Amino acid sequence: MSIKQGLLALLEQGPMYGYQLRAEFESRTGATWPLNVGQVYTTLSRLERDGLVEAAGSDGEGHIFYRVTDQGHAEVATWFATPVSRTTPPRDELAIKLAMAVTVPGVDVRAVVQGQRSATIRALQDYTRLKARADTEDPHELAWLLVLDSLVFAAEAEIRWLDHCEARLARVAAGKAERAARSSDVDAEIDVTDEKAVRR
Amino acid sequence: MSIVLDIRDLTRVHGHGESEVHALRGVSLQVATGELVAVMGPSGSGKSTLLTIAGGLDSPTGGTVTIEGCEIGGLSRKDLAGLRRRSVGYVFQDFNLIPALTAAENVALPRELDGDSTRAARKLALIALEEVGIPELADRFPDDMSGGQQQRVAIARAIVGDRRLVLADEPTGALDTETGEQVLRLLRARCDAGSAGVLVTHEARHAAWADRVVFLRDGLMIDETGRAPEAESLLDAGTRG
Repeated sequence: MSIKQGLLALLEQGPMYGYQLRAEFESRTGATWPLNVGQVYTTLSRLERDGLVEAAGSDGEGHIFYRVTDQGHAEVATWFATPVSRTTPPRDELAIKLAMAVTVPGVDVRAVVQGQRSATIRALQDYTRLKARADTEDPHELAWLLVLDSLVFAAEAEIRWLDHCEARLARVAAGKAERAARSSDVDAEIDVTDEKAVRR
Repeated sequence: MSIVLDIRDLTRVHGHGESEVHALRGVSLQVATGELVAVMGPSGSGKSTLLTIAGGLDSPTGGTVTIEGCEIGGLSRKDLAGLRRRSVGYVFQDFNLIPALTAAENVALPRELDGDSTRAARKLALIALEEVGIPELADRFPDDMSGGQQQRVAIARAIVGDRRLVLADEPTGALDTETGEQVLRLLRARCDAGSAGVLVTHEARHAAWADRVVFLRDGLMIDETGRAPEAESLLDAGTRG
């Protein structure tokens, strides 16, 4: 997640100092990805070094305001115009865990799937409670509600994928059982034929 | 909180001998006032069977169902029908509204069947339609309403006359995401106001409106999320604004 672009985008609204930036960031994302103020100042000094922001004076309490430079404006515009890259999907622990579970002997895959499903539903219940509590009419809540929806969709996708894995595994298991049953039927048929041959 | 629906060790076998199917193999579930419980599971797991038995629409092979302290297995057909009209509201996927009746008449029907005068039943129907947010559609026929509106009428019919147990079987199945969410918000609000609700769904986003989610597989309850803690475990809304 890009703190750099996020802070730049906030500064598009006007000069702000570190604590303000942190508060604004969190009010939009509902403290879903908490920032510590140290991260904010480190990022600001990097942005200043790269010529994307510049100091714009200070108030009486020693807060230094930052504002976006022309180069910074261009950077924000490029950020909004460019889709988020999917070329390197982040490492997904759950996908890796299931990939291991189906291949490592002795692992109860159904239990792994159910354990995760239960945990993810619980997370989904939490998001839903927060959603139920938010005021859908309040425009200030819009950014937060959209972030919540993003979490809801991601959790839902994970559960659908788990359902899919379980159904797939059940089909594979059923296929195996059927093949085994069929080959024993064939064996029985051969036995019968043999018997007939013997009787003849 | 009192227990509205108490299901004990429920079993249901369909068919006999070779073709015998065990739809439920011993399921117990208690639902209290103010509580919404979601039942999830793959198709054939027994979740719809559980709901139809809980609502007295089907009889169990074994076990008991008690609604507001009354064990329904011991009731005559007539008494069971009466209990269902007074205590149990059912919401189906395909709404099951009577096309020849207006919204208000559909909602009033259970009350009229229970002996209320037409006028008294209509009064209760209008209260229920108000509660689900569509008082202005009282005199409209189902065919002239959207799917979401029809489902609201069906929910009004399920709660009319202050029925305490609402059973919903895939109530959002025929609706788009947005409308489906509104239906869940209604069920949630109804339970927060003191009803007990059971929701059968295969959609996780809808199950997430429940206080508890139970999972069925092959007629057995294999897992449940348990009641959520009062404080948010993942995100703390309290730190906001």
